[in-house]
Amino acid sequence: MGMTIVEKIIAAHCGRDAVSPGEIVMAGVDIALGNDITAPIAIEEFRKAGAREVFDRERVVLVADHFTPNRDIEAAEQCRLIREFARAQGIVHHYDVGRAGIEHALLPERGIVVPGDLVIGADSHTCTYGALGAFATGMGSTDLAAAMATGTVWLRVPATVRFIYRGAPGRWAGGKDLILHTIGRIGVDGALYRAMEFAGETIGRLAMADRFTMCNMAIEAGGKCGIIAPDETTLAYVRPRASRPPRLFAGDPDAAVERVIELDVSGLEPQVAFPSSPGNVRSVREAGEVPIDQVVIGSCTNGWIEDLRIAAGILAGRKVHAGVRLIVIPATQAVYARAVREGLVETFVDAEGAVSTPTCGPCLGGHMGVLAEGERALATTNRNFRGRMGHAGSEVYLSGPAVAAASAVAGRICSPDDL
Amino acid sequence: MKIRGRAWTFGDDVNTDDIIPARYLSMTDPAALAAHCMEDADPAFASKVRPGDLIVAGSNFGCGSSREHAPIAIRGAGVGAVIAASFARIFYRNAFNTGLPIFECAEAAGRIGAGDEVEIDTRTGGIRNVTRDETYATSPIPPFMEDLVRAGGLMAYLRERIASGRAPREGR
Repeated sequence: MGMTIVEKIIAAHCGRDAVSPGEIVMAGVDIALGNDITAPIAIEEFRKAGAREVFDRERVVLVADHFTPNRDIEAAEQCRLIREFARAQGIVHHYDVGRAGIEHALLPERGIVVPGDLVIGADSHTCTYGALGAFATGMGSTDLAAAMATGTVWLRVPATVRFIYRGAPGRWAGGKDLILHTIGRIGVDGALYRAMEFAGETIGRLAMADRFTMCNMAIEAGGKCGIIAPDETTLAYVRPRASRPPRLFAGDPDAAVERVIELDVSGLEPQVAFPSSPGNVRSVREAGEVPIDQVVIGSCTNGWIEDLRIAAGILAGRKVHAGVRLIVIPATQAVYARAVREGLVETFVDAEGAVSTPTCGPCLGGHMGVLAEGERALATTNRNFRGRMGHAGSEVYLSGPAVAAASAVAGRICSPDDL
Repeated sequence: MKIRGRAWTFGDDVNTDDIIPARYLSMTDPAALAAHCMEDADPAFASKVRPGDLIVAGSNFGCGSSREHAPIAIRGAGVGAVIAASFARIFYRNAFNTGLPIFECAEAAGRIGAGDEVEIDTRTGGIRNVTRDETYATSPIPPFMEDLVRAGGLMAYLRERIASGRAPREGR
């Protein structure tokens, strides 16, 4: 019996010829990641355990991205703690304000994660790197502490659910719409503990940004990881930036998967997740009259340059609705610089939108756009839980960048075709 | 060991923003986090919960972020254990790693009502609803997880393994 791509990557990292779903294995870690919220607890656990040195100073990655630039004194203390730890340990990949960006865009961009890697991160959206053909999964701070100390992690090998997409989605639908559609179909625990393997002709035609977006939200269906087998698109992205040689794994044709779900996405309309669950999904045509107070375009889900180009294309020559605050957040410094060079930032400012330095900020109600009671936001982020972006009595709707930009102009949720 | 307390009931998909809103993630102290535990889901919870009380919820408890602040806040609030029909996977790991007892039992999750007096035998995993005079059986935890618990959590487990020369050093 053959193995899936996920099983092959895990087997290769625990010195085994084969692994099967349900088994618990100890695996070697290529990259262990923490951020300004999760790393402080991990560092404390690391010290409490009596560990002195990280297992490999080139493979522990620390990114200050959530409450940065420091939103308050407590956040400043957390970032200082990480900075001092990074200096003392000689951590090569420590990224602070001005050099950083949202971790899950930054690591692929800098070639820190490569195809075939096994990555654990103390952040649930670590699953993003599955788009590179890596096994990547989110964990807590104690797991990160253990990985920093030993370079290993315990894993239960997940069963795989394969999603096969066919057809060409509609003009304004991208990776975000595909994954929202999928979560809407299977529910927020529809892939609990499972590897979500995205395949089919539709995925083959997707750009990397859309693939990252899809794998990023695997966790919103309960998935342990999302994964897309590497192809020419992957390699074209990876080649100029890889810090280590990629390892290309492919699933065997006779590998057992738990379930195959086929989705015909021909002409798929842009999708919107209504409060307060990423699984509460409708097409934008079925959204009805939903006036909004704020639009956020950014995050580890949709802060890529491709997303900003889509948004700027719609906002060019238009103004943001008088009742709406538009906040645009490029995911990394490199994305920001490119957006400046391409004139996208000027387009956003001319449209009367605010452009922020890279940060997770408003996605989790941290700063840079927190909502008051009763306010309603449309965001290209990944979660719309109660109180996610501020007051418990505020609401968040999720969409891709096209619907977000169009809605910022209209003052209510709509498709670009409605402008 | 036996854990006995009153049940606080919640529905399906209780997420980590419900358990501890992100605005408090600049804190790591268990008592400080406990003061805001379940704040947006039930504002009265943190002030009324008593040591040993239990959280009983539906499926996918703890979905959302990887924040370990969630099990830390629950434990800080004095909650003795969480019973749910199912747990989100990162929360499941975090609970074991931080020493918060959790029990997966759809029957108990469906039958236990708010305020019911419930007793859990952590050794057998047996759950007794004292108020309704019912018992519910849970499936045993995997042997590896049992080893983790016995060692006193993940870090203690690894210390043991490293000391005994059994630390895994698998190739990448």
